[in-house]
Amino acid sequence: MSRLRIREAVDRLVAGLVVLALMLAATPVLILLLFVVIKGLPGMLAPGFFTDLPHPQGVPGGGVFNAILGTLIIIGFASLAAVPVGVLIGVFLSEYGHNRLGDTVRFVSDVLTGMPSIAFGIFAYTVLVATHVVGFSAIAGSAALAVLMLPVVLRSTETALLLVPNTFREAGLALGAPQWRVTLQIVVPAALGGIVTGALLSMARAVGETAPLLFTAFGNEFLQLNPFRPMGALSLTVFKNALVPYANLQDQAWAAALLLVLLVSITNILARFYVRRIQR
Amino acid sequence: MSQATAEPRVRPPLVTTGRQRRWLHGDQLFRGLAVASGVLLLLVSAIFLLALFIPALPSITRFGLPFLWGRDWDAVHLRFGALPFIYGTVVTSAIGMLIAFPVGLGAALFLAEESRLNWIRAPLSFAVELLAGIPSVVIGLWALFILTPIMRDDVEPFLNHLFGFLPFFQPPFSGTSFLTAGIVLAIMVLPILIALSRDVIRAVPRSLQEASLALGATRAETTWSVVLPYARVGITGAVLLALGRALGETIAVTMVIGNTPQITSRLFAQGYTLASVIANEFTEAVGPILQGVLFEIGLVLVLITIVVNVIARLMVWQFTKPEGR
Repeated sequence: MSRLRIREAVDRLVAGLVVLALMLAATPVLILLLFVVIKGLPGMLAPGFFTDLPHPQGVPGGGVFNAILGTLIIIGFASLAAVPVGVLIGVFLSEYGHNRLGDTVRFVSDVLTGMPSIAFGIFAYTVLVATHVVGFSAIAGSAALAVLMLPVVLRSTETALLLVPNTFREAGLALGAPQWRVTLQIVVPAALGGIVTGALLSMARAVGETAPLLFTAFGNEFLQLNPFRPMGALSLTVFKNALVPYANLQDQAWAAALLLVLLVSITNILARFYVRRIQR
Repeated sequence: MSQATAEPRVRPPLVTTGRQRRWLHGDQLFRGLAVASGVLLLLVSAIFLLALFIPALPSITRFGLPFLWGRDWDAVHLRFGALPFIYGTVVTSAIGMLIAFPVGLGAALFLAEESRLNWIRAPLSFAVELLAGIPSVVIGLWALFILTPIMRDDVEPFLNHLFGFLPFFQPPFSGTSFLTAGIVLAIMVLPILIALSRDVIRAVPRSLQEASLALGATRAETTWSVVLPYARVGITGAVLLALGRALGETIAVTMVIGNTPQITSRLFAQGYTLASVIANEFTEAVGPILQGVLFEIGLVLVLITIVVNVIARLMVWQFTKPEGR
């Protein structure tokens, strides 16, 4: 009997350890969010944070207007490239990709997902910046992020398309529609929820990326709207301001970090909400 | 293959009108476009590798293989070696995985099981998912301003007090260190480790677990002798995927590792990693040699992550889709 009791005790101990592990895993995020909110909120509510340009080092005040616009522009161009191409590759994988080529594309895309984010920056630097095609510019940053976003978009598109029942395709074909119309007008709309979710998730990932922008978009203290010039971004603001010894710039880093977290979270929640609404 | 309609051919003899013929052309065009987009991805990936390899050539031809175990970093005499950076990357990732693995596996076991304490499952798994979305630069900021002082003033002296007889835990305490970077990496790889292992554990056939329970084994014994052995390959794959993340993580590590190329057994010492040295020095690198060195470091990093990722993918694939999709 005592042996059984020991086994039960071990069982309970393990159950406790498992719960402990989950709590340990969840604690950092709570602490982290707490600090980002506490340290970032005052800076974010400070006048001019959203509307002013950064002040020179040592001059108090200033805002991140240029970085906000920069992030939006860089992500905008990246999405403009990555989403259509990614969706098309997803269509290829789901509708025409049940062969060697499809498997290769799937595998390469999975490996691409695991690449260090800084490698995307080097890639865009070599192809676009070093060759003087565009130089340090928002477009080069967008290109780096677009390649980083592609695997996310194409995989979620493929998954979404595979969930569309085959009867939809057969019904369309039986009505005499050619396959391209069946795909574009029946299959893709039916899977739109998953596709939009994938696009949003890829944007959420790209918004926070810093490493790919370091030697592409490069950063800019001034307002720059021309995508062919160096441009600031929120993530670059956080990175650069964190490493300077000026309190106001560090406060700005926290505020920009909070803004980034908000952007990412809102995008993620939108994606989830969208899925739920579609599934209903 | 559930995809029976992968190749539905509309080529009946009815095709006579110009409109229908145009449609068929449309089909070929569309198919061509789709295939081309797939090929485009392969092409971009090939260029991706070439974009690292070609600019690295000056460094590769000049230093050869000894570059990988060279310890110099001397921009004046142009003597470079990658070992301190490889060492930093490996040590920080190892610390990260050592911390993340038990925590992640435990959390995954809890999330995969479906009977006890259901009410905390949703909020806690939401928290972990949230963690996955927090940008690495924000984690770096937090680590730099909050974690680093705690490490320097409390954790490192405490570890020294406990394990001071080991060479790993010798003073001085710096805060920015291999250990801090490792802890940051552990936090960052946890979400992916948990999500993947949870899926793998869920894929363990329920009947096996029920058989074990029916034979009188407790839950812990079932987990230990049925679930974990069955899921071993998949969990290994998940760990390797997480390791791939850790190896390539750039920004957060750059902010807390101290950026000093050195090889030492002291975990409280400042170090440098492959990814960080690129992030810090790339835009300031002048001349083809120094630039080439950084490209070669990038190439080494990418090749290591590719190897780790390919092995991991094969393991996870082998495990989670035996039925095929």
